[in-house]
Amino acid sequence: MSSVLAARVPARRAPVRVTLHPTLHAEWTKLRTLASTWWLLLAAVALTIAVGATVGAAFQCHPSACAPAQTGADPAKISFSGVYLGQVVVALAAVLAVGGEYGTGMIRLTLTAVPRRLMVLAAKAAVVAGWALAVGVLAVLGSALVGRLILPGRGLSAVNGYVVPSLTNGPDMRAAFGSVLYLVLIALLALGVTMAVRDSGVAIGVVLGLLYLFPIVATVIPDHVLARHLDQIAPMTVGLYIQATTGLRSLPLTPWQGLGVLALWACGALILGAAVLRFRDA
Amino acid sequence: MTTMTPYRPQVEPGGDGFAQLLHAEWTKFRTVRGWLITLLVAVLVMVGIGLLSAAGTSSGCQQVGGSGPARSGAGCMPTFPLGPGGEPVTDSFYVVHQPLTGDGSITVRVTSLTGQLPPANGPQGPGPVPGDTVPGLMPWSKAGVIIKENLNQGSPYAALMVTGSHGVRMQWNYTGDTPGLAGTVKAGDPRWLRLTRSGDMITGYDSADGTHWTQVGSVTLSGLASTVQAGMFGASPDFTNVTQNFGGGTSQNGGGPTQATAVFDHVTLSGGSPVGQWAGRYVGADNGSGIGSFHQNGGRFTVTGSGDIAPIAEGHGGPADSAQTIHDYLLGTFAALIALVVVAAMFMTAEYRRNLIRVTLAASPRRGRVLAAKAIVIGAVSFVAGLVGAAAAVAIGTAVTHHRGYWEFPVSGSAEARVIIGTAALAAVTAVLALAIGAMVRRSAAAVAIVIVTIVLPYFMAVAAVVPLGVADWLLRITPAAGFAVQGAYPQYAQVTAIYSAMSGYYPLSFLAGLAVLCAWTAAALAGATYLLRRRDA
Repeated sequence: MSSVLAARVPARRAPVRVTLHPTLHAEWTKLRTLASTWWLLLAAVALTIAVGATVGAAFQCHPSACAPAQTGADPAKISFSGVYLGQVVVALAAVLAVGGEYGTGMIRLTLTAVPRRLMVLAAKAAVVAGWALAVGVLAVLGSALVGRLILPGRGLSAVNGYVVPSLTNGPDMRAAFGSVLYLVLIALLALGVTMAVRDSGVAIGVVLGLLYLFPIVATVIPDHVLARHLDQIAPMTVGLYIQATTGLRSLPLTPWQGLGVLALWACGALILGAAVLRFRDA
Repeated sequence: MTTMTPYRPQVEPGGDGFAQLLHAEWTKFRTVRGWLITLLVAVLVMVGIGLLSAAGTSSGCQQVGGSGPARSGAGCMPTFPLGPGGEPVTDSFYVVHQPLTGDGSITVRVTSLTGQLPPANGPQGPGPVPGDTVPGLMPWSKAGVIIKENLNQGSPYAALMVTGSHGVRMQWNYTGDTPGLAGTVKAGDPRWLRLTRSGDMITGYDSADGTHWTQVGSVTLSGLASTVQAGMFGASPDFTNVTQNFGGGTSQNGGGPTQATAVFDHVTLSGGSPVGQWAGRYVGADNGSGIGSFHQNGGRFTVTGSGDIAPIAEGHGGPADSAQTIHDYLLGTFAALIALVVVAAMFMTAEYRRNLIRVTLAASPRRGRVLAAKAIVIGAVSFVAGLVGAAAAVAIGTAVTHHRGYWEFPVSGSAEARVIIGTAALAAVTAVLALAIGAMVRRSAAAVAIVIVTIVLPYFMAVAAVVPLGVADWLLRITPAAGFAVQGAYPQYAQVTAIYSAMSGYYPLSFLAGLAVLCAWTAAALAGATYLLRRRDA
């Protein structure tokens, strides 16, 4: 009897070195088992597609003045305009993934189980990025499909000189793929900010403030040089250059450069978050 | 047998009146340093962004040219004529006039109104080339009779006119406008117009046949001089072809001066002074490229004119595009709102997070009153923050603009006060909305996200022209973002064609209607919060 028990309990356990794989698995379990994760995914996808469809359906041009030069309309931008709302849900999910741990004190348990803090951050970032990628793919595919169905009927047709949105031509491909990446970068930006401020309410305020502040300020600055510089650093504005398929020359940066600037913002936020996580008590 | 006396606490029972509750909530608020700092940040951000917009102007000055009014001396100050009400006006038109002393009247018959427009959507040169125009009228091309104090720009007047597509109108002192007979002037369907002066009162009558007259309107131009100018005029506002781009800004392609030509006969001027010679003159010719002429053939006058007699819509009058506005100074409001929303939501959700709510509800079991006390505290605090921020942003913005010699679009003192107080109210009601949402969802991140999505995002989408104009207007009508209407300082004029969009500071709802929409949302959220607070366990 006693020998059976003794056999079950190892006399001396070899120290377990926690590697990335189990950490990832733990983070994935934490994210997966929250009901809110999947409600937010559904909300992000549905809202993105719905806003894109509404903006597309609301587009109007006079039959005699529907040429691209007269409307200034970009079919890809209209199709993917739902990202303006979808990104809020993505940011909220990323904020909750970190903020929830700080709110409940779970973070202490997490860091006890995995003392290598930067690995926790890396695993969290990977899991949240994967989630955002799923949202992005579903939302963008849905938006592209809806745009293709709606826009030609609103005057944005090949007859009027527009490239009908389709995922087979280069610029549309770039706009779609870039919109997915945009959502992933927004999620990482929100994750980093939340790691830094450690409170989900403050974090979502900071993230959304960061996104909306620059473009609204830029609209009021009559100085074109200053406004252009603002447009080159504003995370939302530059990031969404990736959706432009017309008028690329008038953009202050190329689409990929723009997404690069947003990636720098996300990196900066993650580094700040990592520094706070590494050097402060949880 | 001993009698058990029930336990009575020796401590005096504390008051549980509403005043104590308010005091308790105020203490909770003021002792959290982070919230006070956030409030301060809200005010500073609001002032800072306003300052940026006032100080960021540097190139607005040089780009103005063409038909705009002249500028005074070295500064960037355009000299606009101001109407009797102090509003900037366009007052450039061609008039065939003679003096009228004392009471009298002028009667004409208009037999045709035609005009010339720049070729639509074509490549535009610097100015109109003769023969390069197409026949057509602007909706507000106008010609008719006018009684005007003198031929200086901005002087008081009353006029009765036929228009391109708005029928007969009586207009006075730039902002006044009232309709008369409908329909356009055609061959065989003329319009008779009569203006009568009696003291300070000018009355307009119109008629389709010269026998049956209908009064269109009667206005008092107080302090009108005894000798005024009476005559026939023609004017036609500049043609603009403005497209609103997705993702920001409007672009103007095409456009230029237009002209209207009217034919008058049966001209009768009766009054105290003997009828003299008719003389033609372009009012405001020194300040622009006015087009105008008249030709008299017996009793028949052909009058051609360009320009307009109307108020200027903010952002739509050449130099008015670069003018600073009170709306610009207050652009930081949305950023301040984000900070206030965070504080207000946490004022509620922190209670749940720290389980303080159980103590709160044990101390004051009437839960509806707890919510009311919290709403009053956060509303009052946000009102003060909004008031300080808005007043400082407007004062500093105005001072910087004046100091740098830039031009500010005039706004009356009462409108300025209304906008500042309205902004404070916007801040207060938004904070209460965030509090109520926080009480419903109990999670600060969700509450903050919901309020920002419903208030700041629609405003952003409208101001940054992310969505088409029609959608933007609806967003600013039905979402809580309708509350931003409190910042609309300038009136919209039915008789001036312009893009009245949130980008240029015009909102689809009035001050009170916009605030009412926001208040309705907030009341609904408070009702939901009260219900849930009572029904659920804390």
